[in-house]
Amino acid sequence: MKKVQLPLTEETIKDLRAGDQVLLSGSVLTGRDAAHKRLVALVENNEPLPVDLRGQTIYYVGPAPARPGQAVGSAGPTSTYRMDIYTPPLLKLGLKGMIGKGRLGPNTLALMPEYGAVYFGAVGGSAVLISKSIKSFEVLAYPDLGPEAIHRFVIEDFPAVVAVDAFGGNLYDEGPKLYKQDEM
Amino acid sequence: MREMDVSQITQAVAELFLEANYVIGKDVMDKLEESRDKEASPLGKMVLDQILENNRIGAEESLAVCQDTGMSVVFITVGQDVHLVGGSLEDAVNAGVRKAYTEGYLRKSIVAEPLFDRKNTGDNTPCVIHTRIVPGDKVHIMAIAKGFGSENMSQSKMLTVSDGVEGVKRFVLKAVEEAGPNPCPPLVVGVGIGGSFELAAIMAKRATSLPLTRSHKDPRYAQLETELEQGINKLGIGPAGYGGETTVLKVHVISAPTHIAGLPVAVNICCHAARHAEKTI
Repeated sequence: MKKVQLPLTEETIKDLRAGDQVLLSGSVLTGRDAAHKRLVALVENNEPLPVDLRGQTIYYVGPAPARPGQAVGSAGPTSTYRMDIYTPPLLKLGLKGMIGKGRLGPNTLALMPEYGAVYFGAVGGSAVLISKSIKSFEVLAYPDLGPEAIHRFVIEDFPAVVAVDAFGGNLYDEGPKLYKQDEM
Repeated sequence: MREMDVSQITQAVAELFLEANYVIGKDVMDKLEESRDKEASPLGKMVLDQILENNRIGAEESLAVCQDTGMSVVFITVGQDVHLVGGSLEDAVNAGVRKAYTEGYLRKSIVAEPLFDRKNTGDNTPCVIHTRIVPGDKVHIMAIAKGFGSENMSQSKMLTVSDGVEGVKRFVLKAVEEAGPNPCPPLVVGVGIGGSFELAAIMAKRATSLPLTRSHKDPRYAQLETELEQGINKLGIGPAGYGGETTVLKVHVISAPTHIAGLPVAVNICCHAARHAEKTI
């Protein structure tokens, strides 16, 4: 189990390989479909973004409402492939990490080594457990999107696995290969 | 004739959606534990442990086990000797969904219109309602909170008659293999075979809510369920798609009479957070 501090540094990224179990601590941005669509529209119009993406990690999540006493409600990862068409321009702006579940889309996957970025898998459907590692949050942009707004989460020992590293390693390819058996 | 005020239906629907979202059924928990004990992949074991722990906390603290608290789907069977009073059945069901999702700290995930504005309705309505009128004087409600990570990986196809059993197996395996890690394995897979284009899909959805301890009552279909489970678990996808032997917890098949020219098949994929609850009034 590796302890990883966010925002990521180049040295940290060099040390991460697909299949590594990690505990993430520090600061992450959140966003999913609707926020990504707005960010990319700004990029296309050469307008400034409401957040600085350099070195940042985005967690693909839309939390459930918090009960009184909770920092956030249940907050597990959403499917990453849906962000594929939006992610290349964000990598160009310096995004270094993503947290989600399931495959990276082909556009993003192809750019990971070039931009030295890393993709962490979180366990979908373990949203209560994950919410316990989210210590505080603030809304940074697009409050009208509700749970889909861009937040900053402060996380501590957030459980994840390196799913795609910056060197072409991909757990979603390599893991199943080890356990695949002949056809029925 | 039994008179029933629709407020009873509203109350039941609200309670069922809270239960479904907070408490994963014992059948699913037992199967997850059994799979954890057998799983050969260390990462797979870790994922199953994490899911089990998550579900225990959800039940203890009345918290949604997944932040995607789903699209609300209700299968309601109304005895024809029941006279519903006090309002419309569909309004009553939607009122129950509204109550659960606004009072129970559940995420509202429904947009009013799919293509242009995609504006959130704010209360998780409308619910998808499948109603049947049956003999008797009771009302049965099955409430399903269906997450879309797995819904998006579902498929249906009109096979040809000559495709037969092998064609059905190939189609189900292909759907699960293409889905890979995306629908949050280990899965519950509902398969509808026969009927018409839409009935196959409705049967597949209903199949995802059957108890994991139950198999099809026709031994030939029960055998098909077993063979599909074995075939899917040989794909190697594993818990969370990190590789492993546990890709599916149960395959349920529901079949129906169909046309001489057709073999409709629908595969509704459900994640390990198989959230449903039922009640007879």
